[in-house]
Amino acid sequence: MNINATLIGQAIWFALFIWITMKFVWPPLQKAMAERQAQIADGLAAAERGKHEQELAAKRSADALREAKEKSSDLIAQAEKRAQQIVEEAKGTAKVEADKVVAGAKAEIDQEVERAKQQLRERVAELAVAGAEKILRKEINASAHADMLVALKQDL
Amino acid sequence: MSAEGGTTAYIQHHLTNLAVCADSAKVDGACSGFWTFHLDTLLVSGILGLVVFGLMAMLASKATSGVPSGGQNFVEMVVGLVDQQVRDTFHGKSALVTPLAITIFVWVFVMNAMDLIPVDFLPVALQAATGNHHLPFKFVPTTDPNLTFAMSITVFFISLFMGLKIKGFGHFMHEVFAVPFGLKLAPINLLFRIVEEIARPISLSLRLFGNMYAGEMVFILIALLGIYQLPLALPWELFHILIITLQAFVFMMLTIVYMSMAAESH
Repeated sequence: MNINATLIGQAIWFALFIWITMKFVWPPLQKAMAERQAQIADGLAAAERGKHEQELAAKRSADALREAKEKSSDLIAQAEKRAQQIVEEAKGTAKVEADKVVAGAKAEIDQEVERAKQQLRERVAELAVAGAEKILRKEINASAHADMLVALKQDL
Repeated sequence: MSAEGGTTAYIQHHLTNLAVCADSAKVDGACSGFWTFHLDTLLVSGILGLVVFGLMAMLASKATSGVPSGGQNFVEMVVGLVDQQVRDTFHGKSALVTPLAITIFVWVFVMNAMDLIPVDFLPVALQAATGNHHLPFKFVPTTDPNLTFAMSITVFFISLFMGLKIKGFGHFMHEVFAVPFGLKLAPINLLFRIVEEIARPISLSLRLFGNMYAGEMVFILIALLGIYQLPLALPWELFHILIITLQAFVFMMLTIVYMSMAAESH
């Protein structure tokens, strides 16, 4: 074990290799490793964010679905109500119409009855005159009793 | 195994560095004195470092924050492991500590990993290539205390400067002279501090050196067993995978601890 000038040479080698590591090995590797670490952290954060957004979207879609369901059931209820209303209205109109028709028919019947009565009246007078003529031909002059006949006609 | 010389020569040959020095410094044809360079330690550690850090720098330059390639992923895994240790232990702010820890862990690991190549493979190949059958060449740089001391002393100076820079001169000096017994016992505090500061690099470097040297020694002894080395080499190799990783980790971890001690007030 003899210490000699090799010591100096080795110290120079050592210093050179420290310098190489300090200058060319460590900084680029450190940078690359730090950057990768940052990228991984970013990626994980982005994944977390995406997950969160997905949850929000799921919640939103569930909300929308529920809202749509509520709206549709509202619409159905409204439509049912409206249909009932329409039916009611139709019933009302139909009744009015029917009443009108019935009233018309009644009026017509009345008119008809009146006319028939009129005709009957006319005919009754004629028949009475004819009957009376036949009875009275023998004994009564028609012209002599005209005043009386007119009065009779008026009474009917 | 070397052809001649016997067991002792074989072991000694394996534990000898390829030393170069000026001719004037040689004593009996062998290098001695301070101005000697262990060519094998310098070359193997340097080439390994250039290859592995060059590769890492290449992968890092192509690093993307998107899906990483297999190579980038591996480098990021290693670097991330080291960075995690730094984050857990070092609470100050420094652009140096993490790169320093990465450098130590990766470099010490690959140098230790040379130990997993069977002890005679590379030396014999090199001897055949150069034609010199007595050429000594240690392929595990961390078994050379020069390397481990160079690293631990560098770490020591970095921690010293970091302490001065982060705490400021006044605070640093106050800590040197007044902790732990107060200003009245300043000389004792200083002594404690010096012992503490010197013990750190020594223990740091000797721990790595001792572990790797002993591991290498066991490999050499196993290699001496001839055919019987086969059932022994494998378990020791597997166990050694644990040791080399652990030693690299311990060196890195202690460095981080020293840095955090230098940067934090007590």
